[in-house]
Amino acid sequence: MADPLDPAQSVAEQAATIPGDGQWPVWEVFTQSEEGAPHEHAGSVHATDAEHALQNARDVYARRGEVISLWVVPSAAITASTRGDAGPFFDPGADKAYRHPQFYKVPRGVRGL
Amino acid sequence: MTAPSVLPPPPPAPHDELELLLRLGDDRLVLGHRLSEWCGHAPILEEDIALANVALDLLGQATMLLRRAGEVEGKGRDEDALAYWREAVEFRNCLLVEQPNGDFAFTMARQFLFDVYAVVTLDAVSRSTNAELAAIAAKALKEAKYHVRHSGEWMLKLGDGTDESHRRVQGALDELWRFTPELFAADDVAARLAAEGIGPDLPALRAHWHELVHDVVERATLTLPHESSHTPHLNGGRAGMHSEHLGHLLAEMQIVARSHPGAKW
Amino acid sequence: MTQTRTAPQDDPAKVAEFEARIAAGQSIEPKDWMPERYRRQLIRMMSQHAHSEIVGMLPEGNWITRAPSLRRKISLIAKVQDEAGHGLYIYCGTETLGVDRAELIQQLLDGTAKYSSIFNYPTLSWADIGVIGWFVDGAAIVNQTVLAKASYGPYARAMIRICKEENFHKRQGYEIVATLANGTSAQKAMVQDAVNRWWWPSLMMFGPSDANSPNTAELIKWKVKRRTNDELRQRFVNLTVPQAAAVNLTLPDPDLAYDTESENWSFGRIDWDEFNQVLRGNGPCNRERLAARRKAHDDGAWVREAASAYAAKQRAKQASEAA
Repeated sequence: MADPLDPAQSVAEQAATIPGDGQWPVWEVFTQSEEGAPHEHAGSVHATDAEHALQNARDVYARRGEVISLWVVPSAAITASTRGDAGPFFDPGADKAYRHPQFYKVPRGVRGL
Repeated sequence: MTAPSVLPPPPPAPHDELELLLRLGDDRLVLGHRLSEWCGHAPILEEDIALANVALDLLGQATMLLRRAGEVEGKGRDEDALAYWREAVEFRNCLLVEQPNGDFAFTMARQFLFDVYAVVTLDAVSRSTNAELAAIAAKALKEAKYHVRHSGEWMLKLGDGTDESHRRVQGALDELWRFTPELFAADDVAARLAAEGIGPDLPALRAHWHELVHDVVERATLTLPHESSHTPHLNGGRAGMHSEHLGHLLAEMQIVARSHPGAKW
Repeated sequence: MTQTRTAPQDDPAKVAEFEARIAAGQSIEPKDWMPERYRRQLIRMMSQHAHSEIVGMLPEGNWITRAPSLRRKISLIAKVQDEAGHGLYIYCGTETLGVDRAELIQQLLDGTAKYSSIFNYPTLSWADIGVIGWFVDGAAIVNQTVLAKASYGPYARAMIRICKEENFHKRQGYEIVATLANGTSAQKAMVQDAVNRWWWPSLMMFGPSDANSPNTAELIKWKVKRRTNDELRQRFVNLTVPQAAAVNLTLPDPDLAYDTESENWSFGRIDWDEFNQVLRGNGPCNRERLAARRKAHDDGAWVREAASAYAAKQRAKQASEAA
């Protein structure tokens, strides 16, 4: 299937790729629950463009008043690591004690470090 | 002949305030009910949820307005007594909101025309000299601003979507246009309320409404119907002269409550 | 449906590794390797669940326009809306398994996918709305609380969100029931009648008894299911019997008796013939439910097309402006 988010595609191509029984592209929704909190993944919605995705995300994921900000991202735009990547990606981080402050000794009585 | 009065004109009777509350409340009750008829039957799941949100906002507003109407009336009627035990001729909603849903284009065009109306009128009422009314309007205004964003986007999608959607939504606009003059017609009640700064100055709001509607309609590649197609007698809603549709809507809405007088639910 | 394709042979070493992960209580994520059969079982189960939420909007939606007070009307719309939302969450979860929502919906519409048999019964009085909230949502909560610990991450996460949101459904139902049970004699009769009609179909919601549930062992091994149908059904009966007594309603089962040894309420024989008939499409409302879904889908086709066409035109416009 052609990429429905590619702006270079012609209208005719687009119309051909998304018939009535096909579906609108999927967008991932991230919600922020309070000032200063990170945006967290809430789920996804189907929508035809960014404004539409934002409105659908608002109606689906913010209807209980626990959200103060929303992000929507085309699912196709997300690149994720795989479980196969996990060893080479993340295990090497586990033994780098020098990245943590506790690794370093500080003379007694010195404050503000 | 009465002598010219040296006193300022009397403040609007409580009756005027009650009328205003019923007009605002009934518009929302009836339209919220209409939208709730879509529940489970919308074109796509996301839209089912969106339409229900608008219906819930409108019914929430109706509840507050009718509750206040009952208090102002002072006869011990609450919002349910007003919603479920009045006859069609006692309802004060405009004709626009009682029109049956039709297809999605008809529902959205009706919604869009009303949402813009709600934004301009609530904005005025939120500055009412009546504090209770102003507070209700201020809360409702926030909701209405989202509603118009939602229905406005759909006007664009349908107007500038496919040939079929364009034809349908243009047809809906043509059909509904005749109900719009009523929205801004000021009878004696509305004129008194406006003069006192309690209610909106409806005729004065029309130009702004028209401008906002026109902007979206134009971007949606649609055309506004000519004013001359307006049939002048379609403006009885505020006086209880409704279309036949309202009676059927109320028959359905009120059947359970009225089958059990005095019962609690 | 998906299962009609023959399953490719999975690499035994990978299957062993997968099952070890499940046994260790790890959760499986969309990009992880999984046996084809696990994927298909999940698609089957999750899409059935999602379809049930969507079809489930219809029997209750039937009373939105007649709800007898504004408060009840608003709660009911919010509840039916939640069902749309929950269907949506679960469809989204299912899509992570590499199947389109449109495809799943098509399976529902052409009758090849199943949904919960309970929604093929008619809602005949306002009291049905209370009893559905109490029984049907009560049963669903028993089910979903367990599914929130399912091994597939997106399913479990959808369930956690759903359980949190559904808390009010059962309570709003029971509140309606309690109000009617304390109401006029007509209201009492109405709610007892609704209880009589919905009790047995609600017990059937948990699916066939364990002896006749071919998928259960595998689903439990893979921690897609965490309890058997009969265990969940028993839990529901144990919860509900005292709730009925508290509002002076009787459950239509002369065999209902408390067993002090097992601390369970034992109950009479479920009419599995009726269950099978309803599953086969011969329930009281099967045709109406599917017809309503098909109509909404067909009537909405031009709307979905219009939105797509509009978005495509906008993108083309932006592209030509940028060029």
